[in-house]
Amino acid sequence: MQLRLHEVANARTGDKGNRLNIAVVCRDPAHYPELARQLTPERVAQAFIARRPSKVVRYELPKLAAFNFVLDDVLEGGVNSSLGLDGHGKSLSFLLLDLTVDIAEIKGRKT
Amino acid sequence: MAPTVFIGCGAGFAGDRTDAAGPVIDSLAACDGPRFIMFEMLAERTLALAQLERRADPAYGYNRALVAILQPILARCLDRNIKIIGNFGAANPRAAAERMITLARELGLKPPRIAVVEGDDISGTLNIDELARRETDGTLLKHGKPIVSANVYLGAQPIARALDLGAQIVVTGRVADSALALGPLMHAFGWSADDWDMLAAGTMAGHLLECGAQVTGGYYADPGFKDVPHLDNVGYPIAEISSDGAMVITKPHGTGGLVNRQTVVEQLLYEIHDPASYLVPDVVLDITDVSVDEIGPDRVRVSGSRGKPAPPTLKATVCLDGGVLGEAEISYAGINAPRRAKLAAEIIAARMRKRAPKLQFRTDMVGEISVHGTTGQVAPNDLGNCRDVRLRFAAGAESAAEVAVLLDEVEALYCAGPAGGAGVRRHATPRLISTSCLIERDKVMPRVSFVGEGA
Repeated sequence: MQLRLHEVANARTGDKGNRLNIAVVCRDPAHYPELARQLTPERVAQAFIARRPSKVVRYELPKLAAFNFVLDDVLEGGVNSSLGLDGHGKSLSFLLLDLTVDIAEIKGRKT
Repeated sequence: MAPTVFIGCGAGFAGDRTDAAGPVIDSLAACDGPRFIMFEMLAERTLALAQLERRADPAYGYNRALVAILQPILARCLDRNIKIIGNFGAANPRAAAERMITLARELGLKPPRIAVVEGDDISGTLNIDELARRETDGTLLKHGKPIVSANVYLGAQPIARALDLGAQIVVTGRVADSALALGPLMHAFGWSADDWDMLAAGTMAGHLLECGAQVTGGYYADPGFKDVPHLDNVGYPIAEISSDGAMVITKPHGTGGLVNRQTVVEQLLYEIHDPASYLVPDVVLDITDVSVDEIGPDRVRVSGSRGKPAPPTLKATVCLDGGVLGEAEISYAGINAPRRAKLAAEIIAARMRKRAPKLQFRTDMVGEISVHGTTGQVAPNDLGNCRDVRLRFAAGAESAAEVAVLLDEVEALYCAGPAGGAGVRRHATPRLISTSCLIERDKVMPRVSFVGEGA
């Protein structure tokens, strides 16, 4: 079924200068392979297109049922120089969680 | 059998709650084994601000919240032999130690044995040209602006040494955040400086603890999806570390928050780039083979970290004067609010084109689009039905006078702008910008010394 990433995964951002990392954690580790197929770095780059990432790297952590995305140059210079309200990019996890994903089955949910 | 070592965290950033440590101390006091509490209170810019404070008055330049934090727990820590390690010394660890001695006296306590770790400040060791040659990304230092602060991230060894020498409190300036836990572990277990797997485990413990409540339900709650009980009374974390480097993350009984696989994995990856190579001064941490297992209520076991030899250089953060940030806001509410706000934004854009065409500024329509927007965006064409818009403008410049042009224009919207413009707030604040340098180890000399009568 099609649903928002927010329904099956957690995300947390961290910043270092102008670089953002977004950890995505499967709430149910069984969803890891499906999300691994769908959450490609290209798709994540597309979700952040307005911020023109110069590079997006995905690190895979199957044992933790998690991914770490590292996006370069998306924080308008970072917390020291951004003119925006969220120079740390703390709210940007929820930009990613808005993506639509296709999940076969959710435990405990009637389809 | 080597005992379990208990490390609690009482603060995870410079502005953290000052009453968080109490329940952690209650919990540690009941534990059997070496016990420590760490306070991480020094973000990148916090130190530069502290440096400015110290220049204005040599008695300051440390995090003054340490008084509010330590006042309720100091007697119990000293009585129960719970050692305190904190980077609240900021730009002036010695003055912080002196203030603690005064605090102990005020509380009627025997003067504690306080060690200070110094040597992180390299602003007197390397000049701006020497730093510029070591800048890692960017060329900020080539512009010749005066340096506000230059500090190397020290590792855990001086902290371990201070504890070996009998310190009850260790006050540092800039150290790797995770070193606040690794130092006590090297001291308690006698880990050597090249026992990479153990140093990695201690670094992972520090990494999980260093943001305080971020591993116990803070920065996590999302109602209906990730519910967290009693976040208003969230318990700060405690790590129980065994001599093989495995650890259990938990929190004090009777506190809010939660510790589960998800809170721990989220924090494990926080501010990490390559999970196989997280660089700190003492080791390179690899978390790709880590296991995270829920073993009981609010108890999560974390094991399987691996270490690689420490990086050849140390990272320094250099802060420079960053000019001034100006921000001004005005509200439009009720019927037709988004269109009135959009008109106001257009008026400001036209006025600024005439008055200060070179000043780049940003416009946010809080309620329509703000934190997820970008600088240079235009107000959305298909305005929503939001009935309460906060219009925000921001600009950066070298001087307050330059940003004042924008702030004045926003204020003038009261009379000369759209109907019902309300609640203007404006302010201009000095900014600091920072960059990173890689410094050879032989240029850095960490020092441990004791302060006051307890020395």
